[in-house]
This record gives sequence, C-alpha cells and structure tokens, in this order.
Amino acid sequence: METASNLAEGTFRIRNPHLRFFFDNEKVLGLLMIAPAVVYILALVGFPLILAFIYSFSDITIGSADYGFVGFENIKNLLGEFEFKIALKNTILFTAISMIIVLVLAKILALILVKDFRGKFVVRALILMPYVAPISLGVIGWLWMLDSIYSPINWLFQRTEIFGPDFWPMWLGTPNLAMTSIIAVHVWRMLPLATIIMLAGLASIPEEIKDAALVDGAGYFRQLFQITIPMMLPIMMVAVLFGIVFTATDIIIILVLTRGGPYDSTQVLVSKAFYTGIDAGDLATGAATALFLFPLLAAVAIFMLRIARRAEVT
Amino acid sequence: MPQVETQSLFKHFGEVKAVDGVDLVSSDEEFLVLLGPSGCGKTTLLRMIAGLEKPTTGEVLIGGQVVTHLPPRARGIAMVFQSYALYPHMTIYKNIAFPLKAMGMPKADMKKKVDWSASMLGIEGLLQRKPRELSGGERQRVALARALVREPNVFLLDEPLSNLDAKLRTSAREELYRFQKNVAITTIYVTHDQVEAMGMGDRIAVMNAGKVRQLGTPDDVYSDPADTFVAGFLGSPPMNLVESQDRIVGFRPESFLPKKMHEGGGDLIFLPFDVTRIENLGADRLIYGKLGERFSHAAVIANLPTSFTDYTIETNTRYDFAVPRNDVKFFDGKTGLRAEPLPL
Repeated sequence: METASNLAEGTFRIRNPHLRFFFDNEKVLGLLMIAPAVVYILALVGFPLILAFIYSFSDITIGSADYGFVGFENIKNLLGEFEFKIALKNTILFTAISMIIVLVLAKILALILVKDFRGKFVVRALILMPYVAPISLGVIGWLWMLDSIYSPINWLFQRTEIFGPDFWPMWLGTPNLAMTSIIAVHVWRMLPLATIIMLAGLASIPEEIKDAALVDGAGYFRQLFQITIPMMLPIMMVAVLFGIVFTATDIIIILVLTRGGPYDSTQVLVSKAFYTGIDAGDLATGAATALFLFPLLAAVAIFMLRIARRAEVT
Repeated sequence: MPQVETQSLFKHFGEVKAVDGVDLVSSDEEFLVLLGPSGCGKTTLLRMIAGLEKPTTGEVLIGGQVVTHLPPRARGIAMVFQSYALYPHMTIYKNIAFPLKAMGMPKADMKKKVDWSASMLGIEGLLQRKPRELSGGERQRVALARALVREPNVFLLDEPLSNLDAKLRTSAREELYRFQKNVAITTIYVTHDQVEAMGMGDRIAVMNAGKVRQLGTPDDVYSDPADTFVAGFLGSPPMNLVESQDRIVGFRPESFLPKKMHEGGGDLIFLPFDVTRIENLGADRLIYGKLGERFSHAAVIANLPTSFTDYTIETNTRYDFAVPRNDVKFFDGKTGLRAEPLPL
C-alpha cells in the first residue's frame, strides 16, 4: 500500500505548474501555431503587395531612389495607351476561352474516369502527367513542337496528308495561330488539376441520389444537367475561381513561347507588366499594369464564393 | 395493383453470391417485408426488382410482364432510399415534381399532383423549403410523397425508418402502415429490424445468405419457423435451441415458464432449470440459466412478464419449469430444417 501511494504521489506531483501546462492553453498554442503562416503571408505576400500599390501611384523607376506621388496618373496614361488595351483584351480572351475549354474537357474526362474500365489506371496516369512535369520544361517542349521549321506536328499532319501540300502553319508566328497555341498549351497544363477537382466533385454525390434519379425516370442528360452539375456547382465554382486567377496572372507560357508577339498579339497584362516594369525599368507603370486586374479579380472571387455558398449542399 | 415476381433470381459479385436463387411472388396490394441480417442479400434483391442492378440470371416480373431488361423508369416503380436521397439543391416542391417533370407532364397538372401527394403526407407547408431545413421525419415524408406522386404500381422501400430516432420510428411505422393500406399499392419493404417486419408486414420473407429461408405471415415465421436460422433470428431474445440426439429442440423463452404458471396445465414437458442470472427489463424479466443433465446443461433463457409478481426467483437455485408440448419445435441436427418430433 505504501509503495502504491508513493507512486501515485509521484505521478501527480507537478514541478512547475505554470510551465508544465503552458501549452495546454489553447489561446497560447493556437497563436503559436498560426504565427509562421501569419509571418509568411505578411512578409512575402502582404509587404510586396503594398509595395506594388505604393509604386503604382508613383513615378519611380529602376536606378533612381526618388519617389514622387502622382496619384492615378499612371492608370490614366495606361488607359489611353493602345498596347495596354490590346493586352487587356488578350488577357480577357485568353482567360475566358481557356477556362471554358478546360471546364468542358475536364467535365467530360471526369465523367469517363469515374466509370470503371480496363486500362483506367494508365489513362488516369497519362492525364495527370502534365501536372507533375516541371512547367517551364514542359513549355520548352511545346516550343520545339510548335517550331516554324522543325515542328513534328506539321510533319505528322503532312505525312498523314491531313494538311494540304505546301501547308506549313507557323504556330507561334502568326497572330491568331499564336493565341490559339498559347490557349492550347495552357489548357494542356490546366486540365489535369481541373479533372481531379471535377472527379472529387462527382465522387461526392451520394450513390443513392443517382439511383433515386434513375428510378424517378431521369435519362442521362436530365441527370447530368439537373442533378450532377447543380450538385457539383460549389466545387466547380472553386475550380473556376482558381482557374481564372491562375490564368489571368500566368506568364510562363507566354514568356517561353512568344514573348508577347507577334505584334503584341499574345501580350497579356502580366507579361506587359514584366516587360515594362523590369525589362524597360519603368517600375511605376509596370506596377500599375500588374495591379490593374486586382479589383476585378477580387470581385470575381467574392462573386464566385457567394454562389458556391448559396449552392452549398448538406 | 400488379404483383411482383422473381423467378430463380441470382446475383453474384465475383465469388460472392449476394442473391442465390430467389423465387418470390407478392400478392396484390400486399405489404411484403424482406427481413434479414445485414449482408443477407435483401437490398440487392430489392435493387434488382427496381432495375438498379442487373441479375446474373433469372427474371423479374411486374404485373405478369418480364421487366428484367427494362431500365428502372420503365418499370412503374417508385423507391424510397435509406438516406431518402432527396435532391439537396431543389426545393421540396421541385423534389416531388421531379418524377413528373421527367415524364414530361404539363406544369398545371404537375402542380395539382404535387399538391395532392403533399397533402397525403401532410407536408403542404414545407414545399418551398430545401431538404436540409427539414427534420428526419419530414424528409422521410417528402421521400414518400416523391414516390407516391406518379402513382407507381409498386413501392420499393429500403430501410426507410432506420435513420429516425427510436421514438419517431414507432410513430413513423404506424403512419407508414396506414399510408400503405390507404393507397393500396403493392409494397416491398426491406429491413433488418424484426419489430418493423412483424408490425407492418402482411407477409415476411426471412432471408439469409442470399436465400429466402421462409415466406409467411408474421405469425407463421414467428411461431412456426422453417429452420433454425429463422428460429434464431426472430424474437428477442430468440428461440432457445438445444441439442438432443440428432435433433435440435427449440422453444420460445416466453413459453418456458415455471411449472405452476402454466395455468390449466395442458400437455406439458417438465424441465429442471438452474437459474444463473436475472435481468429485469421493466416489462419482462429475463432469466438466464441451464437445463438439467438430459440436455447436458445447455444454456437457455426464460422470459417472464414482470406482472407475475407473486413468483420470486433467485439465482443459483433449481426450479421446475415447463413448456407446452405444442410450443416445442424440432429441427434436423444437420440441415437445421424442421423435422419429426422426438418423444421427450
């Protein structure tokens, strides 16, 4: 009995109660755990963003330490500029068209992949491939595939006689084709993630709901448009939101494939901001160009999240 | 109302024989219950009748017509699922109207039908709400209204009460029973709950391992079980089964009473009973104990109504118990099927 009570005493004896239970306080622990994320966001997202805002209302340039506040002068100048309007139009076109194509293709792929069939594993692996490949290397691969002289795509279409004799399209060298190529490569890159998100959305629809729709007499398309898609809406909205923000702010594909050309036909706001602000040294105009879409994208984000919440499914 | 029939229906998932040769005929306007433990194949059988599952072999007939290769929507059936499977993004009105919309019914007729169906279930006030705003009991009624709205030939219900809490389940059982008698539509009802089966079914098909072990009225399957599985599955506690020579002898705990409680006597079989434990469950007292040497001290249970207050029982004591000879059932020791009585 004696040893047992000694043991119990030892177990419950607390050397320094304040220190021992310091981390049991959820307020302290919570703050500590969220601190790295807060520091990260403030230092690497918040600070540069504020800096960009400050620059965009100034006349600052690379190589000069002077800061002069000019208000909305930069944005006013931009709006009067012909190249800026083209870049804005290209950004909207590039984002809208590639998002629509990605949505439709991802939906179809997800509907296929949700079924069981032989070789599904291989198909799924192939579809996922672009996502795991380093994006800049992947785009350099496309640069070669779309080369004006050595393009294997042209060679293939010539050999199979799909292209007529002496038809050698310059994929990256003519304005409309260049935009088409940029969109195609972007779709290639976005499709895997979009498909995975759609698959998750499809899988989240309970089996009994699909059965109920079958028993209630819904054919394939009624089920698709009145049950499946509405029930996937919240998750699709999140996918579209990410897609829009991602597409509108992307620069890699354009930088590698066309550098905005030919004749600015693939110039988008981000690439223009880079060329103006960094290459040409006009930091202020570059910042203003880069931030031009900020209010628009924020509005899109709020709108999408509201729709997603309204369609939320229990 | 047409009857539902299955002819030597099999469904194999690889090695697993989910449904293993079921021949079943429902009669008109009948409330037929498929009862069995989980995994016995009752839901698979129901899904094959619905057309949601293709049988490996065999035929399904509704109203005398082979429907085995028809899709669910061509079978004139309606189904209520365990989770109710309401469409979460639609209002209750749209949920109930969905089958009519799929039929291409004009809007005005549709509204009349939905109102009629909703009034049958007493949910007129909920039509503009979304499913997530309803309670479990209300959702169940919406599911029934959606099933009723296009006046199907057959109702298929898959454990529709199992998501309700115990108290609500009792009243829902009563309502569902009256509802079925009211609309007089042939109903096939799947459950693992014997209380639901006994309380609502006109007939019960007791299933195990993909086979129908017995089909009969609740009284039949309870008091006249076809084999040891049915005997052991129905009743709470189930039938006492003890071995004797090459037979299994079965008797219900509620027929196994102290000798002097068998008023009027009749033809009794006397059994010594060594009481080991007593459970007082409120309405009943369950007496656990062992039979004498003749049944090699087999463990059995007696169920005494607590209203027999003048009879005290204590543990670790031997009492003289008895069973009416008519209440004792005999089963073959090997097959478990009913067999000729032994002289006891």
